[in-house]
Amino acid sequence: MIPPAFEYTRPGSVDEAVRALADAGEEAKVLAGGQSLLPLLRLRLAFPELVVDVGRIPELRGVREDGDTLVIGAMTTHHDVVHDPLVRRHAGLLAQATATVADPAVRHRGTLGGSLAHADPAGDLPAVALALDAALVVAGPGGRRTVPAREFFVDYLQSALAPDELLLEVRIPKRAGWGFHYEKFHAVAQSWAIVAVAALVRRDDGHIAEARVALTNMGPTPLRATAAEEALTGADGPGAVARAAEAAAEGTRPSQDLSASPEYREHLARVLTRRAVLTATGTG
Amino acid sequence: MTGQAVEPEIGRARLRKEDARLITGQTNWTDNIQVAGLLHLAILRSPMAHARVTRVDVSPALERPGVFAAFSGADLAEGLGSLPCAWPVTEDIVLPEHPPIAVDEVRYAGDPVAVVAARDRYAAADALEAIEVDYEPLPPVLDLEAALADGAPLVHADKGTNRCYTWPLATGESFEAVRERAEVTLRRRYHQQRLIPNAMEPRAVVVTPLAASGEYTVYSATQIPHILRIMLSAVTGVPEHKLRVIAPDVGGGFGSKLQVYGEEALALAVARRLGRPVKWTESRSEGYLATHHGRGMIQDVEIAATREGRLLGLKVDLTADMGAYLMLVTPGIPILGAFMYPAIYKMDSYAFTCTGVFTTRTPTDAYRGAGRPEATFAIERIMDDLAHELGLDPIELRRRNWIRHEEFPYTTIAGLTYDTGDYESATDKALALFGYDDLRAEQRGRAERGDTVRLGIGVSTFTEMCGLAPSRVLRDLRYGAGGWEAASIRMLPTGTVEVVTGTSPHGQGHVTCWSQIAADVLGVPFEDVEVVHGDTKAAPQGMDTYGSRSLTVGGEAVHRAAVKVVDKARKVAAHLLEASEQDLEFQAGVFSVRGSPEARKTIQEIALETFMAHNLPDGVEPTINAESLVDPENFSYPHGTHLCAVEVDTETGKTEIRKYVCVDDVGHVVNPMIVEGQVHGGLAQGIAQALYEEAVYDDEGNLVSGTMADYLVPSAADLPEFVTDRTETPAASNSMGVKGVGEAGTIASTPAVVNAVVDALRPLGVDDVRMPCAPHRVWQAVRAARSGRAAEPAGTGPAQSGQSGQAAQGGDIGQYGDTGSSGDTGSSGKEGPA
Repeated sequence: MIPPAFEYTRPGSVDEAVRALADAGEEAKVLAGGQSLLPLLRLRLAFPELVVDVGRIPELRGVREDGDTLVIGAMTTHHDVVHDPLVRRHAGLLAQATATVADPAVRHRGTLGGSLAHADPAGDLPAVALALDAALVVAGPGGRRTVPAREFFVDYLQSALAPDELLLEVRIPKRAGWGFHYEKFHAVAQSWAIVAVAALVRRDDGHIAEARVALTNMGPTPLRATAAEEALTGADGPGAVARAAEAAAEGTRPSQDLSASPEYREHLARVLTRRAVLTATGTG
Repeated sequence: MTGQAVEPEIGRARLRKEDARLITGQTNWTDNIQVAGLLHLAILRSPMAHARVTRVDVSPALERPGVFAAFSGADLAEGLGSLPCAWPVTEDIVLPEHPPIAVDEVRYAGDPVAVVAARDRYAAADALEAIEVDYEPLPPVLDLEAALADGAPLVHADKGTNRCYTWPLATGESFEAVRERAEVTLRRRYHQQRLIPNAMEPRAVVVTPLAASGEYTVYSATQIPHILRIMLSAVTGVPEHKLRVIAPDVGGGFGSKLQVYGEEALALAVARRLGRPVKWTESRSEGYLATHHGRGMIQDVEIAATREGRLLGLKVDLTADMGAYLMLVTPGIPILGAFMYPAIYKMDSYAFTCTGVFTTRTPTDAYRGAGRPEATFAIERIMDDLAHELGLDPIELRRRNWIRHEEFPYTTIAGLTYDTGDYESATDKALALFGYDDLRAEQRGRAERGDTVRLGIGVSTFTEMCGLAPSRVLRDLRYGAGGWEAASIRMLPTGTVEVVTGTSPHGQGHVTCWSQIAADVLGVPFEDVEVVHGDTKAAPQGMDTYGSRSLTVGGEAVHRAAVKVVDKARKVAAHLLEASEQDLEFQAGVFSVRGSPEARKTIQEIALETFMAHNLPDGVEPTINAESLVDPENFSYPHGTHLCAVEVDTETGKTEIRKYVCVDDVGHVVNPMIVEGQVHGGLAQGIAQALYEEAVYDDEGNLVSGTMADYLVPSAADLPEFVTDRTETPAASNSMGVKGVGEAGTIASTPAVVNAVVDALRPLGVDDVRMPCAPHRVWQAVRAARSGRAAEPAGTGPAQSGQSGQAAQGGDIGQYGDTGSSGDTGSSGKEGPA
């Protein structure tokens, strides 16, 4: 399809970008890597009056350390995230999950910030951000603020970003010694996850001391499987993990589509949680 | 050329001449064509499956910036005839009117209702939103069986029925008689889901008018420039000799561009009306609605056999979804399959009927394999089911019934005469490559351990009829054209060669292969041959490319034309060398006189001498150019054995192909690399039907798998490494011994994969999984079997019996609730005769 007409601006700094967004009110959309916005435009499902292309703002790109925190610029591409040594060392879960996003062409254009701001519960990275307890730094006309990942995903395709706010960076606490695994279930390689599970596990003395489990595509937002996390605490051995994983679908509201019914998604959440946690503990 | 022994061109894995420009895009795709004054068309399409159109007001669109003109169907009705159906399969077939743009009724979501011509594509697309249309909804017609019931809502009310035709074929003993004496009969219902062809290049058309002389050039991304020219002339009234059709480089078709589309006629009509060149290019999601679909059938199959596994007879009742209209060969597609259900097997009785049904969905037509994948699926599925029923290995059951190699030529129960074949050799080779016994042992081990991941092995020993040729047979099938193909060869004075072909490549590599054939026969370098195609002015005669016909018919024509060139050149050479023709040898492009090796002329020297015409024999015209029109007396029958091992995760329902081995026999091979590519692509498409793809409609008749996000086309990442090999049993029906290969992989692979999935799950009580065997369907099938539920009957409601399951119940899109078990399934084991 052909997108409807829109104005286009390409600011060179965060301040310029925020000003452009503020001036346009509700009618502007931020263009990051374009892997979600452009299809929406082409299918005429989005009609912004202004597209603010943040692709040429240098400070939005790149990975750095800030003490115990890993800081990833919102415009860092999936490809760069996957291959960044700091990400691999301190947030292996993110690198692993990002490598499963769509296909190489998409990963060279799509960005971490774009994926989070799009807030698609079927996207891989929102659940990963949730599991990692990431914090998102956003800029608006009134300055900067930090939003914890668990408050960032508000509803289906809706984030805590105000229309005049721009996502700047993603801050991830370094997590030494935690096992991790992203278990993605999809029909074909380049399609979205039917369900996926991001698991982080800290082991202590043969049992699970602490677990973080986040779910992709199990409701209008990414979710933490808190019941399963609690049940996993203290679990020792595959049997205990399997029993704890039975709680993975509690509190979820999965949708119906061509690939799955809610019931099937709940079943998958349980199976995939068991597999993800066992792999994360090195026993899968 | 100096005449020393050179490696033959035929059989060489030549890199493709056409790839440099195709792969880099430095070529003329139709959408790249720019013409001064070009207007861009956009088409408004019905958002409803079925409605009366009570008002179309295009005038608000004319107010939009950049808009040059806008037309409703009524505005264009004068001078636009019905789109053609060239294959009315029965005398009493129902042939509805098919206006290129709807006038008073729309019959599928996507039916065109208005067209805008604007200065650019954006303006044209924007202006569509301004057009006002009033629709009075009519009931959609989606379920094939319900559509045939008395009182069903009608797709074409004036026809009084949704039944398009019923086409019967019965040969040998009566099926009732063999059923009576059979010790085992098996009945199965299989579903062929609708598929969307997905050529890489979307459809596009450009029309440039020469108003003063009433001439038009139509550039179209089509497989059939020659047929299109004739049909567009008939639809629009532009005389055929004033129409030139060009198929520039075309990016794939898979049958979807074997068509005369409304948009092609519309573009010509608008160009004629405005006297301006116009262009239309579909978007991918528009193509999903408006480019014809494939498959879409319910197959009721019954097989009768002895307890030892000798086949006695086969009965097939097909119900085929035509969609809303009959397009170029819509009704004939299932009939192409009619002859293939008996496949490679000997039996005493065959009874077939096909009933075509109109529905309010996108029309169906040819899609890679066209009728033959469906037939092969049904017979190969039920052979595996029968083997299970009889407690026989599926390979062994096939051995007991297939035509042995010494029995060729063999006339099958369906009336086809297979010229050659060697099923034993292909199967033995495939079994060895596959490691059949080891995989069976692993399968047993997993089942005994109760492994959650099960192994299954599927078999498909297929053949197909292709190389659409014998014109007399096509006449008997009421097909509206012949099946010949044309080629001519121009020997240019400077020594290079032009091969003019009537085939119309859209990715196959004809330029390379025809060069190899001509180079071999003429003894000229491969690089010195160019191939001219796809332009009714430059290559005026042809029947185009579809049905794996190009090599066996068109390549054969190139071969024969080249032989004629050599014969003509021989006369000139004899004259120049002052020898008799009988004393001339011709080898590697050089004529020489036996016994005096210094007396020699290359064929290229002969071409120059002929052009000069200073010293030709008396009565010889100054040309060694030649042409050939070939109409073979038989089809081509490639065959092969495909073996697939899958791992099915019974917890999630996900199927992974563990190993895929195929040994195809496509006769002698012109270019092994191209054959390999055809097999790989064909396998991918057949596997896609088995596991991934389905055009899904909701119960209002909306296409819900409307983008590639929902219509799952697999990529290389989803497919295994294929193990391919060949046996070479030459065809007897052409001089090169070649057979078609364009569709073989697609035809063979689908049943191999589904047989493997079912084989993996049989120990759990699953006896069928409906295609595509997507994870949720497999999971449902396993769960239903485990909970001890009997197979739920299909055929009671739209969700189950909607053809290919497209009519989804509210809130249950995609047949989620389907257990995957076949309904109307029965088997009866009887005691042997007393």
